[in-house]
Order: sequence, then C-alpha cells, then structure tokens
Amino acid sequence: MVHWTAEEKQLITSVWSKVNVEECGAEALARLLIVYPWTQRFFANFGNLSSPTAIIGNPKVRAHGKKVLTSFGEAVKNLENLKATYSKLSELHCEKLHVDPENFRLLGDILIIVLAAHFTKDFTPATQATWQKLVGVVAHALAYKYH
Amino acid sequence: MVLSANDKTNVKGIFSKLGGHAEEYGAETLERMFITYPQTKTYFPHFDLHHGSAQIKAHGKKVAGALVEAANHIDDIAGALSKLSDLHAQKLRVDPVNFKLLGQCFLVVVAIHHPSLLTPENHASLDKFLCAVGNVLTAKYR
Repeated sequence: MVHWTAEEKQLITSVWSKVNVEECGAEALARLLIVYPWTQRFFANFGNLSSPTAIIGNPKVRAHGKKVLTSFGEAVKNLENLKATYSKLSELHCEKLHVDPENFRLLGDILIIVLAAHFTKDFTPATQATWQKLVGVVAHALAYKYH
Repeated sequence: MVLSANDKTNVKGIFSKLGGHAEEYGAETLERMFITYPQTKTYFPHFDLHHGSAQIKAHGKKVAGALVEAANHIDDIAGALSKLSDLHAQKLRVDPVNFKLLGQCFLVVVAIHHPSLLTPENHASLDKFLCAVGNVLTAKYR
C-alpha cells in the first residue's frame, strides 16, 4: 500500500485540476513515440508515424493519448487503491496487448516533462517528486497482474 | 544508439540557448534529483544538501560544465570526457542507473526554463545525448 501525505495529495489534485487531459495526453503519447521510437511497435495500425510532424498530427495518436491520460485520472481519484483500480487494465496489457511494463515507466517520465513544460516554475521540486512517485506507482499497478 | 547529424545540431543549438545559465541549471538538476530520487543522496554523505547549499552549487557547476564540454565536442564525447570516465570507473563508481535519473531531472529543468526550446525533436535529441554521456561515463566500469 502506498502512503500519500496530505501535501502530496494536494500537489496531485491541484496539478490535475489544471491539466487539459486531451492536449496533455496527445502530447505525452506523441512524445513517447518520437523520443523512444521503438514504442511505435504497439501502434502499427495507427497509420502515418513516419516523422515527428506526422506523429503529432496523427488523429489516432491524439485520440489514444486522450484515452490513456483519461485513465490516468482514475489514479488521481483512487490514490489509496491503485492496484484494484488498474487490475483489469493490467491483465489487458499483459494478456492481450503484450506491452512490456518498461513502457509504462517511459510514458510516466515523458508525462513529467510535458507537465514541467506546461507548469514551468509552478512545477516545483516537491511537485516533481510527488508526480514522479505517482507515475511510478501507476506503472507498478499496471504491471501488477502480469504473469 | 548513435547521434545523427540532426541530433548534434539540435543539441548544440539547445546548449547555445541555455546561455550563461548552465551552471545554475546544473545545481537545480542536482537539487531536483536529490528530492525526487532520495537514493541518489547516498553518493553525497559528505555534502550539505539543503536548498541553496554552496556544495550543490559548486557540484552543479561541475556537472553542467561536463555536459557543455560534451556538447562542444559532440563528435567525440568519449574523448572529451575520458578523464571523467576514468574517475567514475575507478573512484566514484556511481551505479549506472543513476545517470538516467540525472538526465530526467536535467530534461525537467530545461522544460521549466525553456519550454518552447524543448520541441519533440529537441527533446528526443537531448535525451539521446544525455544517454550517450551516461554511456561514456560508465563505459570503463568493467
């Protein structure tokens, strides 16, 4: 069980309340595919991923990014219960999607950079530390049902 | 993993835009790393790690200096950082996993101070560059 201090919860909800889930999700997924191009292996049916411009403009990337980050919002609402929250998604990623959990860590790191660029000075060291912790536990929860 | 000509151009461009702030960013990178990844503090038991510490400032300056040096000699990072590579292998022996953590924090600092500079392409090139530096510094470990 992960323990969250009152300060950490506050830093999580206050940042999340200002996040545009569609924009931020699209950007995070696009950057994942650009910065770590091997992650494109999961998206062969997404059409044109041939350049950063193509990736950023790709409507399937945008839509999927929004879906992924919307799911992340469930973590924010269920901080005390992440393993249960992500149990089914974890099974899905293992059994159907066959995604190496390392990819969850990569996406988490990218999300931190996107948030940092968006919030700039408001992305204080304490905020960064809290969110790095959050993406880490989400990644762990998503990997939990792997077998 | 190889730095393309574009990567090198992007990285040199980024470092030229960081201006005279590289040292200050080095210190901020370290501070964020110590807070976000507390296990990294184990390499600095002899340091005052409080915010604003003179030791963090000095060490941040060294770290930034090495990154600038690598960017200035981007065609031969191994040559430029050879002595540092020896130092890390023989004396410091920082576990290789920690270079990724430092790299992540440096990217965050660049994102915070120069968000428009960190386009997806520049982000990719800078990430690759930081990996290359980490690889050079750990190359002689065994």
